[in-house]
Amino acid sequence: MTTTEAVPRTAGTAPEISRAHTFKQILQVQSFQILLVLLVIFLAFSALAPEVFPTWGNVRQIIQNVSILGVLGIGMTFVIVTSGIDLSVGSNLVFSGVVAAKVMQAMGDSGWGTAIVGILVAVGCGVGWGLLNGVLIAKAKVPPLIVTLGTLGGALGLAQVITGGVDIREVPAVLQDTIGYGNVPGTTLPTISLIAMVLILIFGTVLHRTRFGLYTFAVGSNEESARRVGVKVDRQLISIYVLSGGLAGVAGILSLSQYGTTAIAGQSATNLNVIAAVVIGGTSLFGGVGTIFGTVVGLFIPAVLQNGFVIVGIQPFWQQVAVGAVLVLAVYVDQRRRAAAARGHAAQADGKKKLFGLRSR
Amino acid sequence: MTTIPVLEARGLTRSFGNVRALDGVDFDVNAGEVVALIGDNGAGKSTLVKALSGNLALDSGKILFSGGEVELGSPSEASRLGIETVYQDLALAPHLNAAQNMFLGREIAKPGFQGRLGFMDNKTMRAKSREAFDELGATVRSLSDPVGSMSGGQKQAIAIARAVAWAKGVIFLDEPTAALGVVQTRNVLETIRRVRDKGVGVVFISHSMPHVIDVADRVQVLRLGRRVATYEAKKTSVEELVGAMTGALDGAHS
Repeated sequence: MTTTEAVPRTAGTAPEISRAHTFKQILQVQSFQILLVLLVIFLAFSALAPEVFPTWGNVRQIIQNVSILGVLGIGMTFVIVTSGIDLSVGSNLVFSGVVAAKVMQAMGDSGWGTAIVGILVAVGCGVGWGLLNGVLIAKAKVPPLIVTLGTLGGALGLAQVITGGVDIREVPAVLQDTIGYGNVPGTTLPTISLIAMVLILIFGTVLHRTRFGLYTFAVGSNEESARRVGVKVDRQLISIYVLSGGLAGVAGILSLSQYGTTAIAGQSATNLNVIAAVVIGGTSLFGGVGTIFGTVVGLFIPAVLQNGFVIVGIQPFWQQVAVGAVLVLAVYVDQRRRAAAARGHAAQADGKKKLFGLRSR
Repeated sequence: MTTIPVLEARGLTRSFGNVRALDGVDFDVNAGEVVALIGDNGAGKSTLVKALSGNLALDSGKILFSGGEVELGSPSEASRLGIETVYQDLALAPHLNAAQNMFLGREIAKPGFQGRLGFMDNKTMRAKSREAFDELGATVRSLSDPVGSMSGGQKQAIAIARAVAWAKGVIFLDEPTAALGVVQTRNVLETIRRVRDKGVGVVFISHSMPHVIDVADRVQVLRLGRRVATYEAKKTSVEELVGAMTGALDGAHS
């Protein structure tokens, strides 16, 4: 699988060829390679703008900027590991935010009671869209690309119907003050980033350590074999799209808190940004391979580029060019590796590929 | 014979469109017996195995397990009865390692609360997988590498070890030696005998008549979706089997 544990040599079993990870082996791991790329970018900007770029204030800004995408990236990683795709996350975020904002507006006051109802409504909406996606994909057998392209349009359109196309700008003050731009008490860490980190840790553990995670990889690796050994593939797929939807709902309330508006037009490229980050982080679009850690690193590369370009005075539009290049490069590296494995180089090099899934066919 | 077969099929039919893949086929296997199932391409061997392992809905017919009628609606129902299958395409998940494939769908949970959260006891599963591979004499070099990076023989060994480990009643092996070298083939045939000696009914599908005669106790021949003949392996010959498969001996046997 794609976890990073070394195999313990257990007494009493036949001698396992247990290899310590050498530095060279670790270099083969895409999420680590991409971490090096991130490090190089970071050091380059630090050298170019040593007074401004490598300060906590600036890094804090970057972390805050990727937090919402990080929440979406968790669900997207699960989805892509099953060789699926979820294009609807951005629209789902908007829809959940809009419905939550409407409900909170109707309740009138701006205390925690209203906020909690708003949070539950947003998550509920997200779960609803996720359930629709999952059922259509698993039961009706419509390809994920089409289902989520449909719900992308559906959720965004309905959000505009509900609001008449005009953003709602009334958000309870408690949400804005604590979650939106507040810090974790006693620190300068944004609350929104702590929420994202906690979710990343929880679902990273779920993906890499639990049976649910194992079945996610199994379904992405070979759906038919999973079915034959009795894995409930349909239920697994539905759960994963529900997870992705629910996290989009969470992202909806976070976005509402951070920006104080439903920002209906602001999420049109969110889905593609998240997918790009997941893929840059080493998760294969063909399924069976991926890590949450890689996704997090994959999110930071565009964010650091954007931030750095602004600071050193390069037009920030270059960021899109650079991210596009990194994305294509990352997939190229992944393809070459899989082609090499298919040619049978895997046998000699199996140690290096411990952390990788390889497809045989 | 007076013994009750561990698994018996009576008059199974299944059509795909206009094609009658199974046309009232009968089949039986006893505990502790190797039955070879042979037939030309399209005779219905794989379809019959799918039906008996819960992977195919039938149009009509009865399946009896230890004399009692059963519905095999899903692979898990077959598994619960101790019926396991090694498919021609092996059906392993290439990105998972050998131990994960071995226990896929039957993971050992960690004790207590952690287990209820879905955490798995990987250490025990690895140790038990290693035991199972050693017992078969299978050379699986690494339990932690994805099986997709392994050779055909190793994948085969993992697939067979998985089925053997869970099969308590019947094990189906669909062309288990088709992609194997000489030594590996001998290992597989040896494994088949060992599994039989544990009291499991083994159903062995193969196009290799020498292997069939070598390892099987009885041979059942399918043609055009029916069982056309049953032979004692000791008293038959390659010529006779080929004749029954192709229909050249029609009329000579019941």
